[in-house]
Amino acid sequence: MARQPDGPPPPPTVQKLRIRYAKRGRLRFASHRDLARALERALRRAQVPMAFSAGFSPHPKISYLGAAPTGSASEAEYVEIGLAVACDPEAVRAALDAALPEDIAVLEAVEAQEGTGSLADRIDTSVWRLEMPGVPLAELQPAVEKFLASEIVTVAKRTKNGLKDVDARAAVAGAEVGEEAGCAILHMVVRQVTPAVRPDDVLAALAAVADLRPPSPPRAVRVAQGRLDDTGTVADPLGPDRAARPLREHAAI
Amino acid sequence: MPPDAVYPGPVMTAELRTAAGESLYPRLEPLLAQVQKPIQYVGGELNAQLKPWETVDVHWALMYPDAYEVGLPNQGLMILYEVLNERPDALAERTYAVWPDLAALMREHGVGQFTVDGHRAVRDFDLLGVSFATELGYTNLLEALDLAGIPLHVVDRDESHPVVVAGGHAAFNPEPVADFVDCAVLGDGEQAVGDITDVVKAWKAQGRPGGREELLARLARIDGVYVPRFYAVSYGPDGTIAAVTRTRDDVPERVGKRTVMDLDEWPYPKTPLVPLAESVHERMSVEIFRGCTRGCRFCQAGMITRPVRERTITGIGSMVDQGLKATGYEEVGLLSLSSADHSEIGQVAKELADRYEGTNTGLSLPSTRVDAFNITLANELSRNGRRSGLTFAPEGGSERIRRVINKTVSKEDLVRTVTTAYANGWTQVKLYFMCGLPTETDEDVLEIADLAVEVIRAGREASGRKDIRCTVSIGGFVPKPHTPFQWAAQASAETIDHRLRVLRQAINADRRIGRSIGLRYHDGKPGVIEGLLSRGDRRVGRVIERVWREGGRFDGWSEHFSFDRWTRAAAEELAVFGVDLDWFTTRERTEHEILPWDHLDSGLEKEWLWDDWQDAIAEEEVADCRWTPCYDCGVCPTMGTEIQIGPTGRSLLPLTVV
Repeated sequence: MARQPDGPPPPPTVQKLRIRYAKRGRLRFASHRDLARALERALRRAQVPMAFSAGFSPHPKISYLGAAPTGSASEAEYVEIGLAVACDPEAVRAALDAALPEDIAVLEAVEAQEGTGSLADRIDTSVWRLEMPGVPLAELQPAVEKFLASEIVTVAKRTKNGLKDVDARAAVAGAEVGEEAGCAILHMVVRQVTPAVRPDDVLAALAAVADLRPPSPPRAVRVAQGRLDDTGTVADPLGPDRAARPLREHAAI
Repeated sequence: MPPDAVYPGPVMTAELRTAAGESLYPRLEPLLAQVQKPIQYVGGELNAQLKPWETVDVHWALMYPDAYEVGLPNQGLMILYEVLNERPDALAERTYAVWPDLAALMREHGVGQFTVDGHRAVRDFDLLGVSFATELGYTNLLEALDLAGIPLHVVDRDESHPVVVAGGHAAFNPEPVADFVDCAVLGDGEQAVGDITDVVKAWKAQGRPGGREELLARLARIDGVYVPRFYAVSYGPDGTIAAVTRTRDDVPERVGKRTVMDLDEWPYPKTPLVPLAESVHERMSVEIFRGCTRGCRFCQAGMITRPVRERTITGIGSMVDQGLKATGYEEVGLLSLSSADHSEIGQVAKELADRYEGTNTGLSLPSTRVDAFNITLANELSRNGRRSGLTFAPEGGSERIRRVINKTVSKEDLVRTVTTAYANGWTQVKLYFMCGLPTETDEDVLEIADLAVEVIRAGREASGRKDIRCTVSIGGFVPKPHTPFQWAAQASAETIDHRLRVLRQAINADRRIGRSIGLRYHDGKPGVIEGLLSRGDRRVGRVIERVWREGGRFDGWSEHFSFDRWTRAAAEELAVFGVDLDWFTTRERTEHEILPWDHLDSGLEKEWLWDDWQDAIAEEEVADCRWTPCYDCGVCPTMGTEIQIGPTGRSLLPLTVV
């Protein structure tokens, strides 16, 4: 049997908080691991009473949901944390937001409600917004139309095991173009499938079908995540928790 | 400033020349989307500082000439960054070596070497301070200078170019980079950077009288600052140095090192930088003392940082408290050259563990002397945190060689100490050794295998467990300036590789024991080049430049280091002087040979070093002057310093709960 440290086991999780945060500006270059490290340290600086796993190497209870790729900004990243002392979600949000770098913004925190199911089950789709500086709208529009009219667009994707062919088309539930301040914008609704189809893969697909080659790297922002319903709407994954919020006493942090 | 003003869209066709201090970020950002680990170039770390350019008189760019992940945790750079930024008249920003993927894009798009804080061009700063912990960063200095648009050679620079200042331990022999650095600071930098700032500020305010030459002459008159161009070196027919002479009589004949006394007055870093990117040390560090007088003869750090100056227990306590609050780290490293030697280490560990009870905050000592280790201390260190492995550094395999290097510990004591650790629940012990030490034979190295086998056998018995492990980590010894071994012949790469081979065979001879022993080693080739750069003179500069021109970068990384490139460059560049790679490395020096660093004063008397070298050969030990009478190494009287140690008798008060 594995040896256990002396002393009592760590206090149990009494409350789970579900948090939405954004990564912006320079920190779009942060990877998932970078963000996870920053978050763990910020939780300590903010003195959030985290619940810990048992054993010789106790870890704070944090579950991460699929992270936006390195290089992409996001307004909708999600994480769930387990606390050893129940806290006011808004107080935790504010404390955590203050403890994190400016380019990481903690936007919402809600208490996970019993019986509402897991957060992961409420997320199957990403909404993306791609700024494409230097790309004329008149070129982007027909390229996107051609892409959407195709049934399959195979692109080579770099994976750990070398290049792999994936279909970039099937995962895209919708795409449209627009223009803001003279810059062409591509809006997309993309299902989270395996292997993942990321904005870079769609860009590779646009190059394949219409020879669209942006003069400088487009900038992607994940605008939202959630469950895609039959009407094409992406539902707020924190909605069920927010809807069933009971009153309870909280410790101040 | 609205976000859009900071990050406008990529402007590839913009005018390449920027105003001084302007951010290069808009031009850098599109390149970052195309490189590995872009996070290392964006700055914005917790506790990073950014000051407006125009509000200060003196601008420092501080460089660690290796990758960000290695350079960011460097204590020296972090200290100077804070000390300088606390001055209202100065600012300091950081810059690191960029990897070849980004360097290529920067050259293609005309983006210069930049700081990560303000993404300002290094070319715009008044000073570029470079901290050399190891000589293998020299090619990265040349790469950074070239990317910055600063002429490689000091003679080609004018008053508009930054003054390139070398610091760190390698600056105690900056001769191999004398062509490329304007000055070197010997010793502790905390006060020296302030003096340099004052001089640069006054010179600029006066309208830069006398140009660069006059500025450098003024800098050369600061205690601890060496300006190589004001010293001429001549060579004799046998290739050795004939003389080093001043070319101006207003600079000192010998340049002495700087020493900061009373560490409690210098509680830096107060707010350590916390990177988002992964770095080599995922913890904060508090330097609990500086200097070491154990007298290990191979150890340059122990020789050039004398005397011992302890931080008091209360000084340590407040730095730990402030640092943890500022960083959110889970582990605090109690840093020094031999941390278990602090006069109050037991109490420091116990009282810190009490204070952080229940917070999952771990304490660690970077390495522990076998003779200073005790299980109470180890238990206190791991009480609140994760129980990591233990590391000991016997350095030499046999008792005989340990007398030669003056790190005496008996085999019995070593086995007993490690066995105690296994018996108390540690399952991983790491042992550090060196290979290629002066007077060493194959037998000395083979005793490492005996020791490891004995440790595992006794450890299994004492702990009743089969799953204990011992990792033997072994590196080639490189003789360093300002040590008793500065005269020694370095072992050749072939010798090192041969001894490592026989050691591996010996460890694996009995698989039942051998499978519990890991062996980590590097081949002897990088050590030979480190040896060339460590004890080289000005003639070696041509070799460094040649290697860089042929693509040499990141020489501390095995995937980038090319031994062939170095040996070819050494052969071709040194031939005109009638010397070669072996002449600088495997040649034993004689007593009265003028060594390239003799005019740089660490405080150690050359006669004392020679006597200690003779004692080494005779296998005679020398005691530690903290606990036995002074043996006249020369440092304290020369430098006007004294040993500063406790015990203070003070205690840590519990922190008030907020």
